[in-house]
Amino acid sequence: MTQNLLLAIVLAPLLGSIFSGFFGKQIGRHNAHRITILGVTIAFALSAYVLKLVLVDGESYNATVYQWLQAGSLSIEVGFMVDALTAVMMVVVTFVSLMVHIYTIGYMHDDDGYCRFFSYISLFTFAMLMLVMANNFMQLFFGWEAVGLVSYLLIGFWYKKPTAIYANLKAFLVNRVGDFGFLLGIAAVLMYAGSLNYIEVFNQAPQMADQQINIWGDSSWSLMTVIGILLFIGAMGKSAQVPLHVWLPDSMEGPTPISALIHAATMVTAGIFMVARMSPLYEYSQTALSFILVIGAITALFMGFLGLIQNDIKRVIAYSTLSQLGYMTVALGASAYSAAIFHLFTHAFFKALLFLAAGSVIMALHHQQDIRQMGGLKKYLPITYWTSLIGTLALIGAPGLAGFFSKDAIIEAVHASTIPGAGFAYIAVMTGVFVTALYSFRLFFLVFHGKERFDAHGHPPHESPKVVTVPLILLAIPSVLAGYLIGHMVFGDWLAESISVMPEHDVLATLDYHGVWGFLLHGLQMPPFWLALAGVVTAWFLYITRPDLPGKIQQKLIFIWRIMDNKYGFDSFNEKVFAAGSRGLGGLLWKIGDIRLIDGLVVNGSARLVGLVARVGRQVQSGYLYHYAFAMMIGVWLLLTWFVI
Amino acid sequence: MFDLPILSLLIWLPILGGIAVLLCRENLYAARWLALLFSLVTMLLSFGLYTGFDTSTAQMQFVERLPWVETFNIEYFLGVDGFSMPLMILTTISTLLVVIASWQVIKDRIAQYLAAFLIMEGLMLGVFAALDAILFYLFFEAMLIPLFLVIGIWGGPNRVYATLKFFLYTFFGSVFLLIALLYLQFKAGSFSILDYHAVGLSLTQQIWLFLAFLIAFSVKIPMWPVHTWLPDAHVEAPTGGSVILAAITLKIGGYGLLRFALPITPDASMTLDWLVISLSLIAIVYIGFVALAQSDLKKLIAYSSIAHMGFVTLGLFIIFRIFANASLLPGAGNGEVLAVEGAMVQMISHGFIAAAMFLSVGVLYDRMHTREISAYGGVANSMPKFAAFAVFFAMANAGLPGTSGFVGEFMVILAAFQANFWFAFLAATTLIVGAAYTLWMVKRVFFGEIANDDVAKLKDINGREFLLLGSLAVIVLFIGVWPEPLLNVMHASVEQLLVQVSQSKL
Repeated sequence: MTQNLLLAIVLAPLLGSIFSGFFGKQIGRHNAHRITILGVTIAFALSAYVLKLVLVDGESYNATVYQWLQAGSLSIEVGFMVDALTAVMMVVVTFVSLMVHIYTIGYMHDDDGYCRFFSYISLFTFAMLMLVMANNFMQLFFGWEAVGLVSYLLIGFWYKKPTAIYANLKAFLVNRVGDFGFLLGIAAVLMYAGSLNYIEVFNQAPQMADQQINIWGDSSWSLMTVIGILLFIGAMGKSAQVPLHVWLPDSMEGPTPISALIHAATMVTAGIFMVARMSPLYEYSQTALSFILVIGAITALFMGFLGLIQNDIKRVIAYSTLSQLGYMTVALGASAYSAAIFHLFTHAFFKALLFLAAGSVIMALHHQQDIRQMGGLKKYLPITYWTSLIGTLALIGAPGLAGFFSKDAIIEAVHASTIPGAGFAYIAVMTGVFVTALYSFRLFFLVFHGKERFDAHGHPPHESPKVVTVPLILLAIPSVLAGYLIGHMVFGDWLAESISVMPEHDVLATLDYHGVWGFLLHGLQMPPFWLALAGVVTAWFLYITRPDLPGKIQQKLIFIWRIMDNKYGFDSFNEKVFAAGSRGLGGLLWKIGDIRLIDGLVVNGSARLVGLVARVGRQVQSGYLYHYAFAMMIGVWLLLTWFVI
Repeated sequence: MFDLPILSLLIWLPILGGIAVLLCRENLYAARWLALLFSLVTMLLSFGLYTGFDTSTAQMQFVERLPWVETFNIEYFLGVDGFSMPLMILTTISTLLVVIASWQVIKDRIAQYLAAFLIMEGLMLGVFAALDAILFYLFFEAMLIPLFLVIGIWGGPNRVYATLKFFLYTFFGSVFLLIALLYLQFKAGSFSILDYHAVGLSLTQQIWLFLAFLIAFSVKIPMWPVHTWLPDAHVEAPTGGSVILAAITLKIGGYGLLRFALPITPDASMTLDWLVISLSLIAIVYIGFVALAQSDLKKLIAYSSIAHMGFVTLGLFIIFRIFANASLLPGAGNGEVLAVEGAMVQMISHGFIAAAMFLSVGVLYDRMHTREISAYGGVANSMPKFAAFAVFFAMANAGLPGTSGFVGEFMVILAAFQANFWFAFLAATTLIVGAAYTLWMVKRVFFGEIANDDVAKLKDINGREFLLLGSLAVIVLFIGVWPEPLLNVMHASVEQLLVQVSQSKL
């Protein structure tokens, strides 16, 4: 593996982005998509080659490209670290990105911002690759914020739409709350490890583990707990964990291809990747791991519930993404990092597939997104139908499909975990299985089966063009097959070099794994399978057999429904307390602090004082000689007193 | 270089140029091209400082030393080190940009306008190059005169109030500076600033001197609570005036603390560091929220400047706490170096970003003649190229990695953590608040449906404006992607400063 190879992977999408962004008008729409797709194809092919080098030839890479800055003996550098974890992420990112690039040709066909869109998604690919390939915290933070920037630009892609520009500002600011913690975490790492380079920091970890720090008063905290939680706050922002999840559902205002790429498959998993990457640090703090576990479990369960009542096709999938990110986070908390990465890996395929399929439906219905206005689309959109079915089955963990393996591994790992919070997390992820199946098939049945409730605009909906359906098919294949890598990725040695787990936390080692078929058979006898099945059956009963029932249930449980419809009140709380509060505070500080106190009292006050002194002074300058003489005598007297004393 | 008196050339060339431009008077054509020529040559000449700079030494370079007023031992003493040199280049680049920016925009008395900026450039370069206290003071005061004139003559409707406020504030500060400088001469026996650095002082003496320096320079920076002149001055100033005010004048305050307060009164700086640190943190947090409440574009950016300058003063004065903590730490984080260099980078970076922001406001103001945010909306529809620049500079202002705005803040926050967790905590809130006021402004001005007919009729930026914003974008991006070439020149000077401040004078 050489530096040039890795540079080519990173720079190919960047160059594509620059060309289509700056010269879109000159080179035209076709060349804009050609050049960006070429860039991403190069990145994908070379990433696949790198994966082969890492897994088959056992190579790895860690070196500096250039020195970013030097401060005293500290050197902050830009460089790459490639091991199995990085290589897997590179392939996932570039593959999904390539699929989305091709799909975009169809989806954005009539949009004025065609070249701009291609430029953004290629730029995103660059930023995401920088993030996963970093060998130090500075570059990680660069990638971290750069993907946030592109996400901001893409959510607000249709910048005339008020909801879109509200959503992108919200997304950026909520992410910044996470980055706030993340940056403090990085500062803590630098302070105690004396370096920002991963390997140097990891080598320091055992010494750092004994450190305590005082944050408030005399209470001292374990350093690793503080670092772990601060860094994880960053992950909570990026990977949308409660309570920083609020931006993700709104991000659906962006065009569908980026919902698939950024808000399902890649960017939102950056937090998961980061925690896995930092496993040598997290292993030293059980408190931080418990924190992660509980946050993940809350997200997995409660965001899943919200998926049940959404009527916007993209929002259902968005809540599903939140819930699945919660699963990954739970796995991290249970120290089953490889299971988290494995779920990230399989989820990227089937969730991108579901989003792109949703986009295909949206196109067919002339940008109708309300699932109450759909139904019976099976016969009109056969390819979309079958690929959606595969994606949905993979998501709910149907035996044999990708999600089954990755989700079961997580559930088993949580079951085996003994750290505080594991009991709650186990219940949450188990309940989550039922909820996932219910909302997924509710969506599926409402869209593709039942009565046709859509407005056909005069002619029946038709299947999307090849540029749309081919990516669907290409994503459906790994949605089926990716799970069979479980032996290598979770229980094998692929990720062993990248991830470190302490023996007392190693839950995956306690599981009996006897090959992939054994895992499959074992899974069929376990509750998650039956819970998923129950979810499907319930969905079938409620939305196919008795479509009148959901409305009645909603009426009966109107109180709970209201809470859920308000998304547990997070949005209104943030809007009222943080947004309005900050604006109010700013206004108050300005009007009272600056205008009234500083300017009003001090500045203009001194001006008035000067005026006053001047008036008194005018009286003194009376022109009468004896007045001056009198003043002089007083002055001399004062001076004499001064010297004598 | 061939023993050219490059610093003298840098100072006097633009001043002579200014006089020449002044003579053009009615001939607009000649005035413009002459101003462009002089500012361009000055800028190219200033690059000679960078290429000829010896990065291995903290000694003053390009030194020129001639007796001037021998009775009082006042010298014509010039020289630069790693602190002043980057600021001088910032000055020459900004002036060139201002000359280009006022090309067609200023219709009234353009020769005088351009001459004021050229003369101001020479005087500001003098401030950075002077190593004799009296010479420094003269430049320091004299550069305000053209600035007052620029605001007072070409300013907005309320320009007299703004100029007066600005004048009173800075004059109030200058008096203390002059007394301090004279007192130091009495102690040191010469007016050389380098001799001032070495003079021994008791703690009480240091504290009085430090307070004098702090008052003088905090007004310039400006620090809370002596900042209220800045929003008013910016609002009334013409675009060029705002650019110079934000890019250079504020930096003179930061430079003053570096050149005078820290090395001359290290013990007082340590004793009173809590004062500067708390004022800096107030600037970052309080002013951030105040910026959120602004409805005038220029006021918003002015408040944003104050908050960003908070990082400069924070970086300069946390070093004592880092020294104190360093002994407890296993892995030295080099926080003190990060802090001072971060403060310097923040100054340079803010110079470019604020210049770009004010030029952007100028672009809008020239077309719509209003700075009210509510008068805009959906500008991206009619000015897509301009909107792209605006979003880029807004992101730089919000400290996005990859832009220069990130580098200084990142370094100072990393360092602040090594001083005290809560310093870093409060400073890092800028990540949220800074993004909030900047991007909310962008949202209200640029995004959404076209707000009114005036916005619909807006013409996108012309080639001249594109050149201005484009070159600033390249600089901002370059420093963000690779700050080392900028930091490289200050390493030796920072090291020397840290030695100076860590050695007690008592």
